[in-house]
Amino acid sequence: MILANLPALQVVIPLIAAPLCVLIRHRAIVWGFTLLVCWSTLVVAGLLLSQVLTTGPLSYALGDWAAPWGIEYRVDVLNGFLLLIVSSISAIVMPFARESVTKDIPENQIPLFYAAFLLCLTGLLGIVITGDAFNLFVFLEISSLSSYVLISLGKDRRALTAAYQYLIMGSIGATFFVIGVGLLYMMTGTLNMADLGARLPKVLHTRTVLAAFGFLTVGIGLKLAMFPLHLWLPNAYTYAPSVVTVFLAATATKVAVYVFVRFFFTIFGVPFVFETLPVGTILLTLGLAGVLGASTVAIFQTNVKRLLAYSSVAQIGYMLLGIGMASVTGLTAGILHLFNHAIMKGGLFMVMGCVMYQIGSVNIQQLNGIGKRMPWTMAAFVVGGLGLIGVPLTVGFMSKWYLVLGAIEKGYWLVVAGILLGSLLALVYIWRVVEVAYFRPTPQESPSVQEAPLSMLIPTWILIGTTLYFGVETSLTIGTADQAARFLMERSP
Amino acid sequence: MWAFGLYNYWIVIVLMMAGFYMVIAHGNLVKKIIGLNVFQTSVFILYISMGKVGGGTAPIISEGFTRYSNPLPHVLILTAIVVGVATAALGLALAVRIKEAYGTIEEDEIVKADTLS
Repeated sequence: MILANLPALQVVIPLIAAPLCVLIRHRAIVWGFTLLVCWSTLVVAGLLLSQVLTTGPLSYALGDWAAPWGIEYRVDVLNGFLLLIVSSISAIVMPFARESVTKDIPENQIPLFYAAFLLCLTGLLGIVITGDAFNLFVFLEISSLSSYVLISLGKDRRALTAAYQYLIMGSIGATFFVIGVGLLYMMTGTLNMADLGARLPKVLHTRTVLAAFGFLTVGIGLKLAMFPLHLWLPNAYTYAPSVVTVFLAATATKVAVYVFVRFFFTIFGVPFVFETLPVGTILLTLGLAGVLGASTVAIFQTNVKRLLAYSSVAQIGYMLLGIGMASVTGLTAGILHLFNHAIMKGGLFMVMGCVMYQIGSVNIQQLNGIGKRMPWTMAAFVVGGLGLIGVPLTVGFMSKWYLVLGAIEKGYWLVVAGILLGSLLALVYIWRVVEVAYFRPTPQESPSVQEAPLSMLIPTWILIGTTLYFGVETSLTIGTADQAARFLMERSP
Repeated sequence: MWAFGLYNYWIVIVLMMAGFYMVIAHGNLVKKIIGLNVFQTSVFILYISMGKVGGGTAPIISEGFTRYSNPLPHVLILTAIVVGVATAALGLALAVRIKEAYGTIEEDEIVKADTLS
């Protein structure tokens, strides 16, 4: 009974838990409850993925309404993998959250924080699992509205303006998305993604579908912070509470990248997107501009969280490069980097969360000699940073290796040069932090700073440790990514 | 006059552009939210328009009618209206908090306050 309803449970468990958090109101109990919920979503996601890997894609008719009319939840290798990423990040973030929120968020708002967190998790899982285009919009708004709330909980007053700016841009993006879905519905009379994929080829030449494609691309592009549309991201990541930054950086943009892939490959299909339209070239150009532009801007930041936020924009550029190549290798690299970046950036923002917890600031001037006083925390930063640069034995190397392979396969030498240059720029901005942390004298007059509490250090090292583990033992991640990429390229009509 | 026959779509475009322009051009945070609402409303009308079937009546089964309008877009838009209300409420709540923190809801004054501090 439970096994048959796993796809629904994946979304329903956090959805029902969120209002309960508001009712419980006791700080420690709410935390334990949220932890339990996050771990159970992880168990559900794990069971779903193993089921999909053995028996193939599974389809679930919500409320027993048959597929093209009712809402269908559809799990295949790609979104099974994504579900696992999102839920495992939430499961690792929760132990970290207990200590971290005590310094970031006023005590009476903590239960509300957990409620908003679970709603955001619901939305993200829902976006990934649903097979219905309009249902996707609803989940998109659930996750967005709760993430605006989460960001506005930051202590700095600029958190409010950052959340407001994100709200405006996010709503425009989501509205563009609905316009696109509406135009598709006009032409096909269906909202089910698989059904859309089957019916669209007949009407692909119409201007309505072209307009729909434009609206959808720009709308989702706003959500995933594609290079010229990324303006909301740096402020939102910088001023949000540490836990929120970790969670959003590791999941929200990744889920938007997934939506991009889903619409391009499953609904519109490779021939339309990459042969009729020059989307491949556009993605490669914007991806390169993002990698080089955002990495350069990151070098000049004084706030380390903002530095990492710009680095996130650059890393999204790498994923777009992978998608833009429209080959199995490129797509494998994109999906692989999606996972790898989630754990690397999640780990790095956790390091900044530890520093914020102990020092109350993440400005680079405050970090003089921090490496000697918080050795474990900063060692995690170094390892995560090496991953961002793409040093061998870290996950960052694997995804860049596949990206370069894909680019060479297609003969895109400029892209290869861009990827290598981007890695050099990453070296510069990571080195700036490392240099300050290890090679500057510790200020004498400052109060003694100790290592972060274990409940924060252990989750940080779990994420950072996995970047090393999956950098060496790559069969699981690359295998899944490769299977997902093949599945997407084959399914395209 | 084919262009007149599609007048509801012209209204959609006018509302959409007016709302979008308000979001971009106005520095007042409340006006931006209002613009966003107008922008979203245009999409509601777009959806409702596409549900119309030529010669169809309201989709309530009764004798003597064989042709009905499509009710699905209307139902979808009920959801979108709820989302729009939630967005507006959250946006206005943020505007109130910004007013408390900065003493103003004019964008240029907020930027000035942040660069001075």
